[in-house]
Amino acid sequence: MALIRVAEGATIDGFTVGKRLHQGGMGSLWSVSKDGEPGPLLMKCPVFNEGDDVSAIVGFEVEQSILPRLSGPHVPRFVAQGDFSRLPYIVMEHVQGRSLAEWSGTAPVPCEEVAYLGALVARALQELHRQKVVHLDLKPANVIVRNTGQAALLDFGLSRHEELPDLLAEESDVPMGTGAYISPEQIVSDRNEPRSDIYSLGVILYELVTGKLPFGSPQRRSGMLKRFWRDPVPPRRLRKDCPEWLQEIILRCLEIEPEDRYASGSQLAFALQHPDQVAITARGRRLEQDGVVTTFRRWARSQTLQKKLRPPVTQHVSSAPIVMAAVDLSHGVDTLAETLRVHARRALDADPSARLACVTVLKTSLMSIDQDTDARGNSTYVQRLVELKDWARPVAGDDDRVSYHVLEAVDPAAALIEYAHHNQVDHMVVGARASSALRRYLGSVSAKVVAEAPCTVTVVRAHA
Amino acid sequence: MRIALFADIHGNREAFEACLADARRRGAERQGFLGDIVGYGADPAWCVDTVSRACEHGAFALLGNHDAAVGTPTESMNAAATRAIEWTRGQLDTAQAAFLAGLPLERVEGDALFVHANGWAPKDWGYVRSAVDAERSLRSTTQRMTFCGHTHVPVLYHMAPLRPPAEHVPVPNRNIPLSLSRRWLAVLGSVGQPRDGNPAACYGLLETSPWDLTFVRVPYDTAAAAEKIRKAGLPESLATRLQRGL
Repeated sequence: MALIRVAEGATIDGFTVGKRLHQGGMGSLWSVSKDGEPGPLLMKCPVFNEGDDVSAIVGFEVEQSILPRLSGPHVPRFVAQGDFSRLPYIVMEHVQGRSLAEWSGTAPVPCEEVAYLGALVARALQELHRQKVVHLDLKPANVIVRNTGQAALLDFGLSRHEELPDLLAEESDVPMGTGAYISPEQIVSDRNEPRSDIYSLGVILYELVTGKLPFGSPQRRSGMLKRFWRDPVPPRRLRKDCPEWLQEIILRCLEIEPEDRYASGSQLAFALQHPDQVAITARGRRLEQDGVVTTFRRWARSQTLQKKLRPPVTQHVSSAPIVMAAVDLSHGVDTLAETLRVHARRALDADPSARLACVTVLKTSLMSIDQDTDARGNSTYVQRLVELKDWARPVAGDDDRVSYHVLEAVDPAAALIEYAHHNQVDHMVVGARASSALRRYLGSVSAKVVAEAPCTVTVVRAHA
Repeated sequence: MRIALFADIHGNREAFEACLADARRRGAERQGFLGDIVGYGADPAWCVDTVSRACEHGAFALLGNHDAAVGTPTESMNAAATRAIEWTRGQLDTAQAAFLAGLPLERVEGDALFVHANGWAPKDWGYVRSAVDAERSLRSTTQRMTFCGHTHVPVLYHMAPLRPPAEHVPVPNRNIPLSLSRRWLAVLGSVGQPRDGNPAACYGLLETSPWDLTFVRVPYDTAAAAEKIRKAGLPESLATRLQRGL
């Protein structure tokens, strides 16, 4: 192969090469610019040296095939790529912001900040999984928090696209990933599991909270395998002010079986954004690692590990929906609220991994600052929350997949849409009242929700 | 250059016409026919005429085992296939039979080998049914890429230097870059008698710069094609399998 050399000042396919930003074993990064292309831009070039790890080159090809298929703020914008036979390169957006490595470098980080950052990354993972890609090398250095407050994921060299051949499938017999963050199933060469990314995010959260890595930083397969039987020291033992809900979330992400982790990025983000809704189990309360007997049992079981066949990437994502029931309780539990409850239950029954968020809006007026508490001092907010739980009780029981949210807003429709957007809701069930002249004039909540919500919407009507 | 690759048409006019129209819509500039133009289906003469006309305008066509059996009877076929070939022989005129008899076994264009069955012994009609078969085929040729048919099941094998091959079941209508650093063997699936559980006709759309392949699926009127098979008095199994894609 006759390769063109990349150097400062060179022009390659119309891109003017600026400073070299990074030179590593896998390749180099250059700042580039081009007329008409909004910048700043980055050119990534692989290294080809005799005796190099061939998987570095394959990784570059994997990124070349995946990045052009991705879109949105959670990934760098793809700009161009160079032909492999002449000069292989990828030009992409140079994402501006702060690397998550800056936070992990100064860990421990305040717990509220960990939850905030974790939710950003979890939302980015949801977007990535929706686009049929599992990252498989999630670590602080591969996450940038944009100045706009969104997380962008970098480096897709080890990623897996559901619709493309897995060029890395037969590439190597050693686990591919980063020893500290790699999931158990990746160690045994399963590359089709989106919840592997949830696991890696769990390691990141653990690191941010405690300043320590839960399984150290093993380089060899034998060292990585330990996480199959040795559970990490509970974060609350290392950090007294770590709340139970945060430990519950972190240790759930770090479950060995993917089935026991959060089913999707949006469900994890949901938990991190609503600590009061996290059902705390023994996992969240414990202060000690498991004893010798449990550990030995897990070790014994791990000796017969089989590579399991798993369904495709997007199947997980679409089958772990967040369903939102938006109920209007300003008239108490009327026929419409009852009908809505039936439909909410159906949505929950359709899928065991679904979550139901019951949401109601407490309409506030801009003038009524002092009317939040009634004569007996009960906040109307608490009263509405009680009513919401009472409404849901016949279908929800003590199902821990159900959560409750009272939004206070001037414009109910806007609040519901914002909630659906912020929580990556997949399906909203909302009631519609009968038509009237006034409603036509003012516009109905359900009509606005249908027009603007970022998800599937079911409109429920009570039979007249 | 965008080339449409049609394998295993098997005399199914409804499927073939639907694929030709689809390829035109997708901007195919050239056509390649990877063998088994006839056999099984009720319109062998129309299919041979269509292919031979295309060959006068820059297309290329290769020989399949059913095409060969028209001129040279073989004992290696099952009963339904044998009956279909005997019936087909009666449907073709001398010029059509001569066109089939004159087809070559393989074609090489630069980095790519086109062949009906496999690369190790094209005229023995062995199937590429596994990664092991794919490796055998790739190791016996010098071209980086092989495109074949014959099994009626679309699949893509790829192999990096010094590594075993891997298998990829293509997602319909999604393009796959064929990277230059590895070798590829594509089994294109069948236009006229798919057997992967999806009754929609299958053909390959190959982009050459950079190399990129799409396994295209085209739904067509299977009921009409099946009805013609029954009317022709061909075995019932050849009709029913079209509607199930098995």
